[in-house]
Amino acid sequence: MTLLRVEDLDCRYGLLQAVRGVTFEVAQGETVALIGANGAGKSTLLRAIAGAHRPQGGRVLIDAADVTSMRAHRRVSLGIALVPEGRRLFPSLTVEENLRVAAARRGRWNVQSVLEVFPLLQARRHMAAANLSGGEQQAVAIGRALMSNPRLLLLDEVSLGLAPIVVDAVYRSLAGIINEGTTVLLVEQDLTRALKVAGRVICMLEGRIVLEGDAASVDRDQVVSAYFGLKRPA
Amino acid sequence: MTIVNAVVQGIFLGAFYAVLACGLSIMFGVMRIINLAHGDIAVLGAYVVFVIVQGTGMSPFVAFIVALPVMIVFGYALQLTILERSLKSGILTPLLATFGLSIVIQNLLLIRFSPDVRSLGGEAGAFTTSSWQVTSGLSVSAFGIVILVVAVAVFGALQLFLSRTRAGWAMRATAEDADAAELVGINSRGVYARATALAVAIAALGGLFLAIRSVFDPLSGPTQLIFAFEAVVIGGMGRLWGTLLGGLALGVAQTVGAQINPEYSALTGHLLFLAVLIVRYGGGRVSFRVAR
Repeated sequence: MTLLRVEDLDCRYGLLQAVRGVTFEVAQGETVALIGANGAGKSTLLRAIAGAHRPQGGRVLIDAADVTSMRAHRRVSLGIALVPEGRRLFPSLTVEENLRVAAARRGRWNVQSVLEVFPLLQARRHMAAANLSGGEQQAVAIGRALMSNPRLLLLDEVSLGLAPIVVDAVYRSLAGIINEGTTVLLVEQDLTRALKVAGRVICMLEGRIVLEGDAASVDRDQVVSAYFGLKRPA
Repeated sequence: MTIVNAVVQGIFLGAFYAVLACGLSIMFGVMRIINLAHGDIAVLGAYVVFVIVQGTGMSPFVAFIVALPVMIVFGYALQLTILERSLKSGILTPLLATFGLSIVIQNLLLIRFSPDVRSLGGEAGAFTTSSWQVTSGLSVSAFGIVILVVAVAVFGALQLFLSRTRAGWAMRATAEDADAAELVGINSRGVYARATALAVAIAALGGLFLAIRSVFDPLSGPTQLIFAFEAVVIGGMGRLWGTLLGGLALGVAQTVGAQINPEYSALTGHLLFLAVLIVRYGGGRVSFRVAR
């Protein structure tokens, strides 16, 4: 069953066109990795799906319903949650307040179950988010997105700026979340990690999808050349 | 003893300034809007109470409760129609929009109510003029205490709201990062409208106090705005408790100045304001914080 469909999407920042005619689908329960170089349009695409960026053209459909002009906070109540690039926590709020303010939908996830998945936050519960380490902040950002009990979790570069050991811990927690059936669309710079966690990869180059395929069967060299645009069709 | 009396009277005056400044502080803290019409909105609130008192003969305090829903609706409408649009085009546009709003409110009040000076002091009852003579040089007015108690209650309630309730967290979250707040399901437009409604309601309370403790006319707003603005800046922009302390400091500075020479009243307040500006903002940063 198709949960998300993006149709011929165009996104612009002034004169710069970041996403050009992108079309793809994500089925319920799938884990899809969006890969590509810096500036390929991945983050913009995620922001457009979450409603934080208004696209120039094309459509975004959730459960076949057009949400292109729906504001971000209403998409959250439909079950879309974005963990934005740079984490974007509310610095003066405590960890618990950051989580509880985001509880838009009821379900499996609440403060208790999020703290069970990220036990490192247990001791930081009443600390202001501004005083956390990078890894702890990332855990809060993911937990905050989970608090809305999303059906589609959008993750934008969750490993950026974190020590490898912390990234491992974050991905271990993610694996548990994915196993529970949450549909995930993630942007990841690390190709090995993306291929490991995702069932399918979509590679973007200069705003377009240049390669799409199963993570298990996709040829690594093919991905690398698509990533850098080495064998771009004329 | 006279200096003690001046400080006590200054605290009462300062509590009044703090109530006036509270809404200004909220709107700056949440939306980064410097509302130049804030004083005029307070005066508008005074006129709404005045009309109700004239029409029904009820006490101004009861009339204020009746006026409150009117002012809250006005605040919502103001945000959704004028301020929200102006916010989209940078920091200067809301300043110009509220400046224009200030002129519109003043002139509508002039047309409707004429430039006559009004007061609700008489209608509020005898207690507003009663006082206790503590010693020969120190008297404490009943209404001064009322204003001080209400001011502390308003700031205390706001503090509880912002630190203990989910709606309060949503308001702080939106103030810190409106874009991220939307992404966790918070309706930032709704939060902004509620913040403005709250600010307008508290401004109307300031207007009620103004109308009872002294006099008002359609052009009283800008003077109130200056004192409210100074209270916010002295206390630290966007700091809630700071605004209360800033109001008290401004009030005390004015009454102590007046003790030296009655002509120095406003001057010493301005001097305190300038001294704080020079000491604190000499190249410093402005941020929004709520004491925990």
